[in-house]
Amino acid sequence: MSPRASAGLGLLALCAVLVGCGRPAPPKAETIQFWALGREGEAVEPLVREFERQHPGIRVRLQQIPFSAAHEKLLTAYMGDAVPDVAQLGNTWVAELTVLDALERLDSHVASSSSVDSADYFPGIWQTNLIHDGLYGIPWYVDTRVIFYRTDLLARAGFPAMPATWPDWVAAMRSLKQLAGGHRYPIFLPTNEWAQPVIFGMQAGSPILKDGDRYGAFADSAFRRGFEFYVGLFRDGFAPPLGANDIGNVYQEFARGTFAMWITGPWNIGQMRAQLPPEVQEQWGTAPLPGPDGDSSRVSFAGGSSLVLFRRSRHAAAAWQLIEFLSRPDQQVRFYELTGDLPARRSAWTRSGLATDRYARAFWEQLQRVRPLPKVPEWELIATRVLEYAELSIRGRTPPDAALGRLDREVDRSLAKRRWVLGRVP
Amino acid sequence: MKGAGRAAWVLLAPALLLIGFFFLLPVAAAAILSFTDFDIYAVGDPANTRWIGLANYATLLGQPVFWRALANTCYFALVGGPLSVLVALGAALMVNARVVRYKSLFRTIYFAPFVTTLVAVALVWRYLYHPQYGLLNYVLGAIGLGPIDWLGDPRWAMPAIIGLAVWKNFGYSMLILIAGLQSIPQELYEAAELDGAGGWTRFRYVTLPLLRPALVFVGVITTIGYLQLFAEPYVMTQGGPLRSTTSLVLLMYEEAFRWWRIGYGSAIAFVLFVIVLVATLLQLRLQRGESA
Repeated sequence: MSPRASAGLGLLALCAVLVGCGRPAPPKAETIQFWALGREGEAVEPLVREFERQHPGIRVRLQQIPFSAAHEKLLTAYMGDAVPDVAQLGNTWVAELTVLDALERLDSHVASSSSVDSADYFPGIWQTNLIHDGLYGIPWYVDTRVIFYRTDLLARAGFPAMPATWPDWVAAMRSLKQLAGGHRYPIFLPTNEWAQPVIFGMQAGSPILKDGDRYGAFADSAFRRGFEFYVGLFRDGFAPPLGANDIGNVYQEFARGTFAMWITGPWNIGQMRAQLPPEVQEQWGTAPLPGPDGDSSRVSFAGGSSLVLFRRSRHAAAAWQLIEFLSRPDQQVRFYELTGDLPARRSAWTRSGLATDRYARAFWEQLQRVRPLPKVPEWELIATRVLEYAELSIRGRTPPDAALGRLDREVDRSLAKRRWVLGRVP
Repeated sequence: MKGAGRAAWVLLAPALLLIGFFFLLPVAAAAILSFTDFDIYAVGDPANTRWIGLANYATLLGQPVFWRALANTCYFALVGGPLSVLVALGAALMVNARVVRYKSLFRTIYFAPFVTTLVAVALVWRYLYHPQYGLLNYVLGAIGLGPIDWLGDPRWAMPAIIGLAVWKNFGYSMLILIAGLQSIPQELYEAAELDGAGGWTRFRYVTLPLLRPALVFVGVITTIGYLQLFAEPYVMTQGGPLRSTTSLVLLMYEEAFRWWRIGYGSAIAFVLFVIVLVATLLQLRLQRGESA
């Protein structure tokens, strides 16, 4: 480079520096970490970019975590002091992280927020994040169980609409069984899911756990009634003793009429539309669950994911803005369009027409009657135990009474530490 | 002498430090943890840890699921282990036989499963075992045998897992046995042949005794490996159906890292440690006893 050229470059550099000094420095962007799980982690990307456009001072680093690894990753991140600012959390995990004192209480944030309005959420869903009267998460999308059924098969059995009570429901299954015979079943209750026995117990009035969630309530009469109903469906040959992985292609079998009803969740609306052959597309519907004692007993559990703020976050204000943004009804509708996940805010349902949608309507009705699962860190363990003892009873290895007694003893043992910790805290 | 001793310590120090830090220290920590009730509550607040002595071990021994896991693990090791060694021995003899052509090709084919990724092949084997559409039931059906719900039937799930494990692991043992076979002097076979020994007699009185060190080594390695059964059931059955494929390591993993009962999980780890130790000593004693 010639001396003249380098002198020219130097002058240019000097000018650049001077010009730079003359202007006020652009505000340094604040970066927040956001962990989202599974499919939602991918789908939320455009919403996050929109948030950044509307909040120029905030950058969001979105990390997608597979659902199966999320639980371990969150706990190890907590131990390694590497938690994010905001995260998506399965509703049943909130209790566990509050035991670790990892989550920020959100009551005051909500009280002063102009956009997050607790009255706009399904009450049962909102309650899942209330732990010892503190609010630790804002519901993001919701999940529960309803019945998916073949309208044509049920009509042929003499039931133009899905029954609302257990006795009518059993009657429908009986006539379906008579019509179908052979390798066809009235209902599919995957034996690898704890949801069904737990829901039947809830419907029969069981609190699942009792004495401030210190002991299991499985051997009590309410849960036993639901459990015996559940096991009876297998004993009477209404449900095949198969898990979801044992049945091959579930949608194919549903289309073939191998089973006429199926208790499952909202993601299957999209799956049914995509997977069922055209000739069956007009032949299926959804309905809220029947109950044992009138409409108030037609409950299901409150599932889904919430957004939480970590206590160790140094960007709490910016992070809360992200939660507020993702909770806006218009963003909730957009997220539903991207994922098929059902919105947590009721105004998002009415605004998008979901509340009157042919398939989503059953969820709308069901979500008015959802109850939280026990809010204890041991819940996942307890749910697995319920599954094990249910399987033993379904396969006829242990009668329901004995199975529930053993289940209670095992659950009580798992909760021993919880009882001791609760006893320590004044 | 003193100087040489010091030099030896200096030279050994790096290795000893590493072993101490990454092996002995965690083992000691796990031993201590196994006498506490360290769990999710203790992670949140260390004051929630209690010293509970042998209570974890007592609880463990009172749990039917522990005995189930122990029985499953022994079933897997005692059936799968010898089966692996037998298959490996058969394959080694075949590949080493003088009449066989393309030896290196067969050696590679038999060894290939050992270097595959377990999770990937386990998924493929899940398809093979599929009750309705699986290849295995298709073949059984063709010869008139009823379909078997391989991974869904508590009686068949463990044999199915053993099938996968034997297929996956025998290649390694086979290589060691081939090396053992090739180190047997050819003259011994010739001498035996001159004395009128047939194929079986030569195998029984020449091959087997001289192969014993290799067989014992393969047996010990396989047993230790099989007592630590984890990934196969973790991927294929998650320990089900009806806990028929839950192994001790899978139980330990569930307790420690799924339910975060780390103290309890550590106790399981130590029970497994003792079992592996006993099994190994037993096998080594067996070898010494026979060669004496």
